[in-house]
Amino acid sequence: MSIDTETARRVAKLARIKVEDDALPALASEFSAILGFIEQLNEVDVDGIEPMTSVTPQRLKRREDVVTDGSQQGAVLANAPDAREGFFAVPKVVE
Amino acid sequence: MTDLTKLTIAGARDAMRKGDVTSAEITAACLSSIADAGALGAFVHNTPEIATDQAAAADVRIKLGDAPDMCGIPLGIKDLFCTKDVPSQAASGILEGFKPQYESTVTSQLFDAGAVMLGKLNMDEFAMGSSNETSVYGNAVNPWRRGNEDTALTPGGSSGGSAAAVAADLCLAATGTDTGGSIRQPAAFVGITGLKPTYGRVSRWGIVAFASSLDQAGPMTKDVRDAAIMLRTMCGHDPKDSTSADIAVPDFEAALTGDIKGKTIGIPKEYRMDGMPAEIEKLWADGTAMLKDAGAIIKDITLPHTKYALPAYYVIAPAEASSNLARYDGVRFGHRAKLAQGDGITEMYEKTRAEGFGPEVQRRVMVGTYVLSAGFYDAYYNRARRVRALIKRDFDEVFADGVDAILTPATPSAAFGLGENMDPIQMYLNDVFTVTVNLAGLPGISVPAGLDAQGLPLGLQLIGRPWEEAELLNVAYALEGAAGFVAKPAKWW
Repeated sequence: MSIDTETARRVAKLARIKVEDDALPALASEFSAILGFIEQLNEVDVDGIEPMTSVTPQRLKRREDVVTDGSQQGAVLANAPDAREGFFAVPKVVE
Repeated sequence: MTDLTKLTIAGARDAMRKGDVTSAEITAACLSSIADAGALGAFVHNTPEIATDQAAAADVRIKLGDAPDMCGIPLGIKDLFCTKDVPSQAASGILEGFKPQYESTVTSQLFDAGAVMLGKLNMDEFAMGSSNETSVYGNAVNPWRRGNEDTALTPGGSSGGSAAAVAADLCLAATGTDTGGSIRQPAAFVGITGLKPTYGRVSRWGIVAFASSLDQAGPMTKDVRDAAIMLRTMCGHDPKDSTSADIAVPDFEAALTGDIKGKTIGIPKEYRMDGMPAEIEKLWADGTAMLKDAGAIIKDITLPHTKYALPAYYVIAPAEASSNLARYDGVRFGHRAKLAQGDGITEMYEKTRAEGFGPEVQRRVMVGTYVLSAGFYDAYYNRARRVRALIKRDFDEVFADGVDAILTPATPSAAFGLGENMDPIQMYLNDVFTVTVNLAGLPGISVPAGLDAQGLPLGLQLIGRPWEEAELLNVAYALEGAAGFVAKPAKWW
């Protein structure tokens, strides 16, 4: 499948990665090449095959619904680019 | 004792227990080798103070007789492992300055056993790459060279720094991670042993996630015995990783008898690719003959969906990566872009991720976003997961048929020159022999088995039954003994 620049723009938007307009054609052409490679999968007969969710047949384990950890506000915020008064700070979200 | 850095884990363990050498001495020798090896680009964050303290503590334990196998062994740690208060940035600009407030399960198990951390090792950004050319730190360089040329060669990827460091004797062993071949391919390119355990054998907690259903950490060592020793310490059930298996960890080293009489080794015809270099063909045939001479039964087998492993991988891995890497948004850790007047939170995300992620990571995140997007999820992602089920079924059937291990080449060529292989799809083909193993969750090991015409190492891969790393290591041990690979790179750095 050939990817056009509009699709590339939309995918970049969905992925939350800023791509300048002049870089979109090259990106679209890379996507097209990679998706062309992936399209070999259409040759495989997958009728009746369940999509694999886990390589081991074990049921995902569940832990007790109890607090195991907490009261680590300092550690949680230690690496934040901007933290104030015990919170992560970000640009205004609500007008 | 001279050349302390050339010791194996087993050799160092035994010498330290006898009192012939101390961890402090081996550690100091490694630190000095690292200081001289800047040209290899292997170590990217050095931690000599931690190493010195850990070595001193290990020497006390050894004196007291409380010394596990890994006690006092100086290691390099791949930058993908979160290490408390030490930069851990997965070779990405987006995690610049990140110092985890916690320790990954694997490194805490190693350190609890007395292992020594020399520093963090270079890698491809977020483990995405097969040549270590996507690292924000710059390339790691293979200590081997072609003949008398001085062309810089790749150490492979993504665990390229780990591979270079072990091959160049900067550390006794290193941690690696393998999502599509990232332990086995670099191990083959530098002439060391690299083991990817069964999915679920080693906890993924605290390892920066790339593709969670494929990622698995393992040891990169100078020989098979060391892989067995180090694996045991890395393994075990971890309640913090819900996919970690709650099963016993055997003494892998005790399984190394070298006796493989009567074992059945499968040779899959689909791994004989068009255009495969004659040297790889010959290496594979030689390896087969060695196992046969050791008493194994050689059996031709078929894994019919092999051809579709790479395209399935390049749907599943980017899909999972796009989801895992969504957490890098400039809010909680790492880099945040400078914002212009009027920029809102969406601009903060978009600019941060455009600045912080390199081109290969951006490409894969966007491919993953595309294959998961409305309208394409079934056509790409679900189809790839169905093909994955078929790939696993191929292996299940072969093992059910009595095959104990499968022998294949590890890589389609010897190490190539840095910058020589720039097309993304050509680059993906490096993992053609290794990626099936991740899709099926199996254990696989790369063992150095010969040199090519230019004097570069080549590896063979053995694939084992799930959870039977002990048996796999024993077959690898027999192959290693027969191959007798002892070559080392000539020091130029």
